[in-house]
Amino acid sequence: MSNQDVDVAVIGGGPAGLAAAVSAKEHGAKHVVILDRNSWLGGILPQCIHDGFGVEETGESMTGPEYAEKYISMAQQQNIGVMNETMVLHFDKKREIIAVNKKGIHKIKAKTIVLAMGCREKTRWSAMIPGDRPSGIFTAGVAQSFINLYNIMPGKNVVILGSGDVGLIIARRLKFEGANVLGVIEILPYASGLPRNVVQCLDDYDIPLFLNHTVTSIEGRERLERIAIAQVNKNMNPISGTERQIKCDTLLLSLGLIPENELLKNADIKIDEITGGPVVDQNLETTLGGVFACGNCLQVYDTVDMLSIDAKRAGKNAAKYNKSKKLKTSIKLIAGKGVRYVVPQKIDVAGTVHITLRSEKPQEKSILWIIENDKIILRKKLRFVNPANMVKLVIEIPPEVVKSGHKLEVIIDDKR
Amino acid sequence: MKNFHVAIIGGGVIGSSIAWELSKYKLDVVVFEMGSDVASGASKANSGVVHSGINSPPSSLKARYCVEGNKILQSLADNLGFPLKWIGKYVIAKNEEEIKELERLKKVGIENCVPGLKIKNGAEVTEPNISCFAALWVPTAGIVSPYKFTMAFAENAAENDVKFLLETKVTNLIKHKDCFILKTNKGEYQSLLVVNAAGLNCREIISMVEKPDFNVYPCRGEYLVLDKKHSSLINSMIYPVPPKELGVLGVHITPTIGGNILLGPSAEFIDDTENKKTTREMMKTLIIEGRKIIPAISDRAVINAYSGIRCKLASPEEGGWSDYRIEESKQVSGLISLLGIESPGLTGAPAIAKDVVRMISQSIELKFKDNFKFAKIKRKRFSEMSVKERSDFIKKDERWGRIVCRCEQITEKEVIDALSNPLGAKTLSSVKYRCRAGMGRCQGGFCTQHIIRIIKKQFNMDVKNIKLRSPDSNLFFGRTREVRNE
Ligand SMILES: Cc1cc2nc3c(=O)[nH]c(=O)nc-3n(C[C@H](O)[C@H](O)[C@H](O)COP(=O)(O)OP(=O)(O)OC[C@H]3O[C@@H](n4cnc5c(N)ncnc54)[C@H](O)[C@@H]3O)c2cc1C
Ligand SMILES: Cc1cc2nc3c(=O)[nH]c(=O)nc-3n(C[C@H](O)[C@H](O)[C@H](O)COP(=O)(O)OP(=O)(O)OC[C@H]3O[C@@H](n4cnc5c(N)ncnc54)[C@H](O)[C@@H]3O)c2cc1C
Repeated sequence: MSNQDVDVAVIGGGPAGLAAAVSAKEHGAKHVVILDRNSWLGGILPQCIHDGFGVEETGESMTGPEYAEKYISMAQQQNIGVMNETMVLHFDKKREIIAVNKKGIHKIKAKTIVLAMGCREKTRWSAMIPGDRPSGIFTAGVAQSFINLYNIMPGKNVVILGSGDVGLIIARRLKFEGANVLGVIEILPYASGLPRNVVQCLDDYDIPLFLNHTVTSIEGRERLERIAIAQVNKNMNPISGTERQIKCDTLLLSLGLIPENELLKNADIKIDEITGGPVVDQNLETTLGGVFACGNCLQVYDTVDMLSIDAKRAGKNAAKYNKSKKLKTSIKLIAGKGVRYVVPQKIDVAGTVHITLRSEKPQEKSILWIIENDKIILRKKLRFVNPANMVKLVIEIPPEVVKSGHKLEVIIDDKR
Repeated sequence: MKNFHVAIIGGGVIGSSIAWELSKYKLDVVVFEMGSDVASGASKANSGVVHSGINSPPSSLKARYCVEGNKILQSLADNLGFPLKWIGKYVIAKNEEEIKELERLKKVGIENCVPGLKIKNGAEVTEPNISCFAALWVPTAGIVSPYKFTMAFAENAAENDVKFLLETKVTNLIKHKDCFILKTNKGEYQSLLVVNAAGLNCREIISMVEKPDFNVYPCRGEYLVLDKKHSSLINSMIYPVPPKELGVLGVHITPTIGGNILLGPSAEFIDDTENKKTTREMMKTLIIEGRKIIPAISDRAVINAYSGIRCKLASPEEGGWSDYRIEESKQVSGLISLLGIESPGLTGAPAIAKDVVRMISQSIELKFKDNFKFAKIKRKRFSEMSVKERSDFIKKDERWGRIVCRCEQITEKEVIDALSNPLGAKTLSSVKYRCRAGMGRCQGGFCTQHIIRIIKKQFNMDVKNIKLRSPDSNLFFGRTREVRNE
């Protein structure tokens, strides 16, 4: 077993890990190392060959590989250590990481750790879709990797379940490759991906979107032969009599992403049940001191731009960790009416705090409130809130609020 | 045409264990399996429980084989290297009324010579998440991984020169004067004796040579698989008292060898022996039934669902229970059939196999081979090794250091070993059932591309020919450009 001491160990070399590592180095960390299980850097980006990356961050629209390349070359210039094809097996409360690669087992003692493990896709069984178990059922990301990274065609007559961005983008990609995309099925009354993707990936290619619908059965003893879809009622249960069959050989599932945080269990880091990511404070520090989180393992972001911006903060705070003194008191930030979740979940230092949150449902006009007991900390008009679009805010938290120990509640209300 | 001594139809646990028993002798044996791997039928889709023998009526074949099989299983596990754990089981009584059932089961068990049975009151039950009035403790119940169990027999039999013909379906059987002709989708074969171990198709095989005097009533059992995260909910198997109808044991909760929890099976008579669909209603029912035993079970814990079909010889109107029939045809000599091998068929298989070999020895003289090869001692899985062991293995072969399945921590070397099995099975499921890659919570999201890469590179296969599980379950339509050009 090899031993190593580092200042910042970044687990995961996707855009979040890269941005965090670069930023940690820029803020004075000497020995920074990225650990990633893939043979490449960039995480999921190399398979995202469509463009649209980087617009908010740099004003320039890049493809996924181009965007990743930008950060990879920065990391190289700054001499950030990279361990590829290296799987982190676990780490403990003392921030000792055990990882494995072709050279053997590695023990890495880190002053601070940045978690950037990304996420995984929900499967057929998270949606409990009954029926046969034929081949031809893939998650959208897996299908995307086969097409874009390996030039392998997973299907010809394809239906996509779930209108998240991954599903929308794969619909267009399959069309380019000559497949017949029969439709995108969505259980909600609205698409869950970005509105621009609905236009650019479905409308422009005449791919139908079936809202308020779900897949009720899968048929095919060997390869998929057909599926049944049905309209759903308010409680999302299929309405009898609305069922119909669609002949297809492939069903792609774009049912959402689950932050990949199995590693946290061993170190006893607290997880937020709603985001699926760790509970963090305004510095993106988890409930284990010296361990920070960013990227899709913290919360599932809409775009890589916002994700990189936050990841840089995580990297910076990790670099500065040794110097900062920890205050013990903290206040909770909780999701109230109309809000699905809010990150960070706690605040322990007064001052500027970056907040990200998602609304519970789409609304044209609404007001966002942050309330301490009955005191209004913030009141802000919002236009077009939509669960698919993350809301980002920067607020000032006065010292007396932190001292009070009271929780802060974030509310989105349609009353003006 | 080569003349085999024994042709076995079906590579389930029954066919495979018979093949293994026969592989000890100087015989030419062939197994026909229509699936792409052994354990393609009921033998892969069951509870994986090593039954003790408390559920079958004394003096039935079911009871006899179950108790005998249970006794010899540990030594088989040691020799063949399949995992087996004696975790014991509780049959729980929810109220005073049900204690009578426990007493009845205990009485049956004692008659069947099942040791160690004990009725405990609720407080004595050592399961923190179970509340019950009383429970029957059955210490000699265990668990195996049913496909590994079947594969262990088949692979060691293949190492001892039994021929396994996968994706080969017997379509007709013709009795000549002193041999059989077996017609298949891959040509004709000839054999002195035929063993019909075709599971649900046992009647179809008999119909090829004579009029069957029985019917098969398929009865489907659905299961849910729960994430490993929840494995600490129980230590042993938890069964309700058996329902009065249908000749089944009721929805139970079973830990698996791999560390998951199974919820099931349901029991539903169906028309079609191949209808292995899972249904929305049953999925819901299983969660409800499971919660009656462990209230903490959540549907969010589900990572997979499947069903297996019982081969019943009694209709629901007749109560669903009948004994096994293991017999040589009276009209067509040389045809030995195994009929209605439902639960506890997995447990009983090794004992059944010994009996079938005894029947065969009446027609063919059996002589031991002097070069019988014992199964190679199976290595530990990477995930079970100590740090030192891991380092040593990686030093010897760096492929031990490349994890390709994130959820189950399976290495590239383990995948290659799985693909190099002596049966020549190379589907994605063959890999999954041998080394667990793809069985975790992401259900292949990460490992599929690695396994495909390995199959292409190491085994030089065209992607079009890579299958999920069965002969026509291709995963891909070829390279991207090829599809467009069609
Ligand atoms: C199909 C698709 C289309 C998208 N389209 C757009 C778009 O148009 N515009 C846009 O802005 N964004 C888009 N995104 C989103 C963006 O790509 C993601 O938000 C971003 O890649 C997430 O970055 P990450 O670093 O958090 O995770 P990832 O990119 O997933 O990286 C995580 C890395 O961690 C590694 N890792 C995890 N666990 C371990 C471990 N135990 N040991 C070692 N390594 C580990 C993984 O292998 C991976 O390399 C898209 C995403 C997808 C999937
Ligand atoms: C829901 C359920 C739960 C169970 N739980 C348990 C348990 O916990 N413990 C226990 O001991 N037992 C259990 N059992 C019983 C056990 O699974 C079966 O008894 C056992 O698997 C039967 O094995 P088999 O080889 O006879 O059948 P199968 O495994 O079905 O094998 C028959 C094989 O024959 C092949 N075949 C059929 N026709 C042809 C043909 N014409 N040509 C070539 N090949 C052919 C099929 O592809 C198949 O692979 C359970 C069964 C079910 C269904």
